Amino acid sequence: MIHFVILISRQGKVRLTKWYSPYSQKERTKVIRELSGLILTRAPKLCNFVEWKGYKVVYRRYASLYFCMGIDADDNELEILEIIHHFVEILDRYFGSVCELDLIFNFHKAYYILDEILIAGELQESSKKTVARLIAAQDSLVETAQEQANSISNMIAQATK
Amino acid sequence: MNPFSSGTRLRDMIRAIRACKTAAEERAVVRKECAAIRAAISENDQDYRHRNLAKLMFIHMLGYPTHFGQMECLKLIASAGFPEKRIGYLGLMLLLDERQEVLMLVTNSLKQDLNHSNQYIVGLALCALGNICSAEMARDLAPEVERLLQTRDPNIRKKAALCSIRIIRKVPDLAENFMGPAASLLKEKHHGVLIAGVQLCTDLCKASTDALEYLRKNCTEGLVRILRDVSNSPYAPEYDIAGITDPFLHIRALRLMRMLGQGDADSSEYMNDILAQVATKTESNKNAGNAILYECVETIMGIEATSGLRVLAINILGRFLSNRDNNIRYVALNMLMKAVTVDFQAVQRHRTTILECVKDSDASIRKRALELVFLLVNDNNVKSLTKELIDYLEVSDQDFKGDLTAKICSIVEKFSQEKLWYIDQMFKVLSLAGNYVKDDVWHALIVMISNAPDLQGYSVRSLYKAFQTSNEQESLVRVTVWCIGEYGEMLVNNVGVLEMEEPMTVTESDAVDVVEVALKRHSSDIKTRAMSLVALLKISSRFPPTSERIREIVMQHKENVELELQQRSIEFNSIIQRHQNIKSSLVERMPVLDESTYIGKRVGSSQATLPADKSSRPTSGSPGASLKLPNGVAKPPPAPLVDLLDLSSDDVPAPTSSATDFLHDLLGGDLMSPSSSAPSGGAGTDILMDLLSIGSPSAPTDVSIRNTISSNQGNAGEPKTAPASVMDLLDGLPSNSSLPGDKNPIYPSITAFESSTLKVTFSFTKQPGKPQNTMIQATFTNLSSNTYTDFIFQAAVPKFIQLRLDPASSSTLPASGNGTITQMLSVTNSQHGQKALAMRLRIVYKVNDQDKMEQGQINNFPPGL
Repeated sequence: MIHFVILISRQGKVRLTKWYSPYSQKERTKVIRELSGLILTRAPKLCNFVEWKGYKVVYRRYASLYFCMGIDADDNELEILEIIHHFVEILDRYFGSVCELDLIFNFHKAYYILDEILIAGELQESSKKTVARLIAAQDSLVETAQEQANSISNMIAQATK
Repeated sequence: MNPFSSGTRLRDMIRAIRACKTAAEERAVVRKECAAIRAAISENDQDYRHRNLAKLMFIHMLGYPTHFGQMECLKLIASAGFPEKRIGYLGLMLLLDERQEVLMLVTNSLKQDLNHSNQYIVGLALCALGNICSAEMARDLAPEVERLLQTRDPNIRKKAALCSIRIIRKVPDLAENFMGPAASLLKEKHHGVLIAGVQLCTDLCKASTDALEYLRKNCTEGLVRILRDVSNSPYAPEYDIAGITDPFLHIRALRLMRMLGQGDADSSEYMNDILAQVATKTESNKNAGNAILYECVETIMGIEATSGLRVLAINILGRFLSNRDNNIRYVALNMLMKAVTVDFQAVQRHRTTILECVKDSDASIRKRALELVFLLVNDNNVKSLTKELIDYLEVSDQDFKGDLTAKICSIVEKFSQEKLWYIDQMFKVLSLAGNYVKDDVWHALIVMISNAPDLQGYSVRSLYKAFQTSNEQESLVRVTVWCIGEYGEMLVNNVGVLEMEEPMTVTESDAVDVVEVALKRHSSDIKTRAMSLVALLKISSRFPPTSERIREIVMQHKENVELELQQRSIEFNSIIQRHQNIKSSLVERMPVLDESTYIGKRVGSSQATLPADKSSRPTSGSPGASLKLPNGVAKPPPAPLVDLLDLSSDDVPAPTSSATDFLHDLLGGDLMSPSSSAPSGGAGTDILMDLLSIGSPSAPTDVSIRNTISSNQGNAGEPKTAPASVMDLLDGLPSNSSLPGDKNPIYPSITAFESSTLKVTFSFTKQPGKPQNTMIQATFTNLSSNTYTDFIFQAAVPKFIQLRLDPASSSTLPASGNGTITQMLSVTNSQHGQKALAMRLRIVYKVNDQDKMEQGQINNFPPGL
């Protein structure tokens, strides 16, 4: 099972965190601090796995961003690498060649996408197309709701003129 | 619209925060935003609630406290629209976790949303429930989730399946309810549902054996079909990764097979074919294919596979191990650990490759490889493997040395067939990485050396040599110091030389040098220094000529800020200087340490830190323990007591404190009427007795000395050189006694006290050059016909005099002068030449179990003391 997903920039800034096991706020900060110290210092070409406090952390770097997932010691590390890549590809399709800034300003959308890929620390959907379709459908629901709200407020505004 | 409510947009806030150059600036921006959000919350602002929550989530990600926004999530979730719910649930999952009470409040909203007509709202609720639900919520909402497992929409079904996993993990009792629906999920076509369904079945198997049996019976066939279909499926762009259709489904199916096939021959046999197919046909040039192979190997190892299949699996691992990709090598090592139990020999074949991995530049691979090597050690290869590892220890990274050392030590301890080999390997480890060796390891080494009498000489010589080159390794220093203290003479006299040893000459002062270096090196901690002091004391007795030098070294620590060192220094100094007579018996060699109790202790205590201290007691601590006696001897009576007993001043101090009172009563007031002063057993008496009787109860070690003294007793009456000769006899070791040259004044012995039942005589000696000090030997003779037991002599002096009492030779005084008790007193007269000695004494003893007490004052000291 995946216990947490953390996105850290090369400077050690947190871009996204998702916890599937209970960690208190204090523990969360500690995990992030220790892991960024551990992972950001690793040379390229080393393996993508770090053993840490009985867990394994699988990480993969994309440009300036490290995608890290904490898993149990007996999980399939190679598969987690594929899950990370799966997530990145979906982000890439959604944002259109995604960059760190997209994830900063649209962090909530990154979370929505992650929620379509993982639930309870387990993979939910292996089809990128399905994820994209579900996200698009929900985005359009939000848009219609906003348009309606706008038109209603316009109507109210006109009526009260 | 409220113009004051958080005017900035989310995007603007993020920009403002990113523009901050310092942490202080960032804090200021965040503080301002938080204040605005709080204001909006308290005004119950509707319009910007979701924007505020989005902002809060960003602030939360930066690590600032955001608990005040928790209720906002709940309000958003409770509102009707999808956009509000969407952000509300996101906030809920981000800002809260299952341990917060607030979470319970959301149960009702979740229940409503799970029954909502909009599939996306149901999806949101399932997602939130699956990510953060607590055990209580799991119980409350399980029926809803169970129902959703059978809805028409596959996207809801897959979410419900994963949500069920969370529920089962929280409440394993609920597993039975999900067995049936889970099994039917495996008949689906939709990959998302299949993946979630297979995963749910895996978790059900973990949670309940009933479920495992049920699924084994009903699903094995279906599962094999799923795997066969997906691995034989033609190109499917939607699920394709590197030419493989849906590796995720592959992997999950393989994992569930492992659960079902474990310990069950029938289902294992049913899986053999498809596993063989996956193991042989999967492309291994891409990560996705390797991930499948890796999972497949684990499944083959886990189930009751045929031997052919196992060979296939081991061969895959062999290929992995020689792969250039570090990730693949890492998982190979990981899997070989599991394969060791299945096929030890097959793994053994890869030993050389694995040993190379221990030396890899990648810490993760090194660690895995080291653990694996540890499993591969057996009696046949232990020597070559240990050699390899120790050779590598020399060049390994600093931060890897700790792990490596620990493993080498446990290999050496576990597989040592001969003591010599064990000792040699441990010395190598200590010299290379002594700073990383855990305490219990070198304690065990000392126990071993103590138990190998024929190797003690070799050990101390090897350590001496090792110390010359690597004295910066703490634990090497400790073991060396301990061994030199114990077996120093074997070092100097070349005792027990083994054949392969090169002859070496070490002088006594060389041995002292080593300990002195250990004592003075900057990196030595208190423990090492304390051990060094003990070793020095021991050496001073083994090599008497070095005694004076050692005393000087010891005295350098008399003002050490560490109490332990200071105390040892002062006490040892006094032993070397003043107690030559008892020293040699004090610092005898340690008795052989009992291996079995030591090992028992070590095994019994699983924690390493605390027990390490405990188990150190029999080794390093014991010299200290044997010093208890000198501790007692050397302690001068507490100053306040002397003060209180001031005899010279006639005006008795006003009885302000109770202690004064007691002492006054005991030693002053009752002097007039001795008869009335039978010990009352009051607290004061006890206190005084305790204070004065320090160390006086029988001391076992100085028996021989006492005999010497007693034999001289006959001369004691004659005012000649008798006392001096006694001292000469005691100073058998020609260390620092410069006596012969000096002409000492001789003082006549006196009868200090005599009653009808008891006689006390004092004889005096003085050390040359110290006219203030007088050694008094008190001799007690029983004049009655009854034996006295529990004999205790106490003395008090005026405050210008310091008095120290050594332990008495015995506490039993035979009847009718058939024997004596002797006791040494050391008196320092600070007003020597101006005031004469004066003393009050009190003697308590038992006759036929009846307490008796006698006391008196001595005024007839010879002049000039």
